[in-house]
Amino acid sequence: MNKIEVKNIYKIFGKHPEKWLEAVKQGMSKEELLAKSKHTLGLKDISLNIEEGSIYVIMGLSGSGKSTLIRHFNRLIEPTAGQILVDGTDVTTLGKKELEKFRQKTMSMVFQRFGLLPHKTTLENAAYGLNIQGVSKEKAQETARYWLEQVGLAGFENQYPNQLSGGMQQRVGLARALATDAEILLMDEAFSALDPLIRREMQNQLLELQSRLNKTIVFITHDLDEALRLGNRIAILKDGELIQEGTPEDILLSPNNEYVEAFLHDVNRSKILNAGHAVNKTRLTLTMRTRPALALERMKQYDYQFAPVLDGNLFAGILKLDDAEQAVRSGLRDISSLVRDIVSVPASTGLDAVLTHMLQSNQPVAVTDENDQFLGMMSRTKVVELVSTDTPNNESPDEGKQPASDTPEAGQSDSGNTGDTASAETVPSTANPETVTAPEAEVDTNKTAEKPASEEPRKPAA
Amino acid sequence: MFPEIISARNVRNSIDGFVDYLVINYADGLNRMSEPILAALVWLEQLLRNAPWWSIIIVTMLIAYGMSRRIAFSLGMGAMLFLLGAMGLWDAGMQTLSLMIMATGISIIIGIPIGILMSKFNRFRSVMLPALDIMQTMPSFVYLIPVVMLFGLGKIPAIIATVIYAVPPVIRLTDLGIRLVDAEVLEASRAFGASSTQQLFGVQIPLALPNIMAGINQTTMMALSMVVIASMIGARGLGYEVLLGINRLEVGRGLLAGLGIVILAVIFDRITQSYGKRKQIRGAR
Repeated sequence: MNKIEVKNIYKIFGKHPEKWLEAVKQGMSKEELLAKSKHTLGLKDISLNIEEGSIYVIMGLSGSGKSTLIRHFNRLIEPTAGQILVDGTDVTTLGKKELEKFRQKTMSMVFQRFGLLPHKTTLENAAYGLNIQGVSKEKAQETARYWLEQVGLAGFENQYPNQLSGGMQQRVGLARALATDAEILLMDEAFSALDPLIRREMQNQLLELQSRLNKTIVFITHDLDEALRLGNRIAILKDGELIQEGTPEDILLSPNNEYVEAFLHDVNRSKILNAGHAVNKTRLTLTMRTRPALALERMKQYDYQFAPVLDGNLFAGILKLDDAEQAVRSGLRDISSLVRDIVSVPASTGLDAVLTHMLQSNQPVAVTDENDQFLGMMSRTKVVELVSTDTPNNESPDEGKQPASDTPEAGQSDSGNTGDTASAETVPSTANPETVTAPEAEVDTNKTAEKPASEEPRKPAA
Repeated sequence: MFPEIISARNVRNSIDGFVDYLVINYADGLNRMSEPILAALVWLEQLLRNAPWWSIIIVTMLIAYGMSRRIAFSLGMGAMLFLLGAMGLWDAGMQTLSLMIMATGISIIIGIPIGILMSKFNRFRSVMLPALDIMQTMPSFVYLIPVVMLFGLGKIPAIIATVIYAVPPVIRLTDLGIRLVDAEVLEASRAFGASSTQQLFGVQIPLALPNIMAGINQTTMMALSMVVIASMIGARGLGYEVLLGINRLEVGRGLLAGLGIVILAVIFDRITQSYGKRKQIRGAR
């Protein structure tokens, strides 16, 4: 359910914004507006839906309008045009008293430079929102004390803000915002003024609190790492316009334009992406009961050094080409006795962990989902591609489109996976014939067939 | 010769006529309106002059301690007041003190609200700023004459002249202090739904207090510097002693009375400053 709906918000700063609104709606650019009218375009046609109980990150560089946007939510800044619905109520129509009530009860805010009252103690600051509401002093202080404890500031109640470190001051700000029990928390670059270690600590604390409180949080930041870490969804603003909106993965894997891409450049991608993103859908899977001759034929057809073997939907191991030849020669009925165990990782494993693993061993790695079902083989090329920021990442994660000439990365030149990249588009449609199953095990065919096929390769076992 | 564009004589005559008109028609009414102030001033003066000298010193020391929380400081303030008495200026000093307290009090009562309004309304500010400049630079005798014509000789015109001269600093610094309040703190209070009254008394005035105190400090200093002039129109006290010294060419009398004024000034200055300083240290970021 949408807690907050932002509908076509425009903001023009200047003396007569209404006069220029039409022109802006017609598509006048920011520069043109400034040159013609000395008005500044703050926000242009912003529409967002923010789901209840989620952390919604709005990000952009300074001047992108992100702080302007968040101030529209509680109308610290009035929109020139547009609507903001909170629980279905249009905030922009509220009268003065209603607006004060709304700010007291429904939304609270955390500020970049904390915004604490320097002449009040930590406890009085945390109780500020409640004092404004007219809650009795004892009750307000009791609640404030509880929230100070929740953010880890028990014992600092009688200190003044200037006696606290930046991180602690922001905890007071957070306690003050939480103490009013508002359902929506607006955080305006809340952690940007803190040093990296403290920032991380605060992020963790916020995530931990959020897992218990389930607030709707709108979080402003200019730091993409922070956005990717905290956000359930992310909106990227540039010059007052919404450039892209989506889940962190959407943004990371398919940036809309160069601006977003430039943003992504410095991100530590291996922390956000996981093994699931680096899976190559399998073109060829064998089952335990596949006849060795058929397996060998198929593997030769694809020029694979090994192929994954399933037992039902579970991953059993791999069959190597040598072993398959051996099996044919010795006339085994099926390949089950020759399947070799290899490492498999769950899809949720971070790429950084996968990388470590990859560097330590040359063995192929299988990826499974949370129910231990086989998803595919880890593609080394893909891991490197995803982690490296230089590779243009508009190649979708599903498949590289290049033909069979993926050059191996320097570090793994021995793996020789030339020729292993197959075009995935063709695979699902023709999956049935590609999936090699024992003829006497027709039942398995369908199951296995649904599994996309392995392209990963003839990596020689070390 | 500069060409005569408007006739200065006519302008002068019409201003004189206007003041005469005011005096004839409104002097009684204005006098009646000023009576409560006069009564309060007389009461205060009687209180200070009739109270035993040591009680005044003790009260001063207590106030000094309350403002600064420093014992040595408040003892010093008491010693200076004692010195004033020891120079034989106690009675005159108390008269001056009561006039000052009254003038400063009125200045604060008028000045702080005006300063707040100036910080809120830019238009009002642009009107007030030149008015404040005039009040500070216009020679005080210029407005002493009409004030004396309206109220006669005595304490009331002395207070009015003092207030006109002394009120600008507190207005300016209140305005400045409120404008300098950290925008984010104010925004935070708005974001939590504070009404404008709650913002003013909960955030703006407390955070502007160091500046407002500096304004009050300046106002008291300027009020003190007016006491000699005020004594010429019938306010007694230390200024009158100085005036006597000048008239009789008694340098010693003039110098001692002048020192008395300095002592009062130092006491007022240090006490108000120490309060502002304490606030500032606690409130510093």
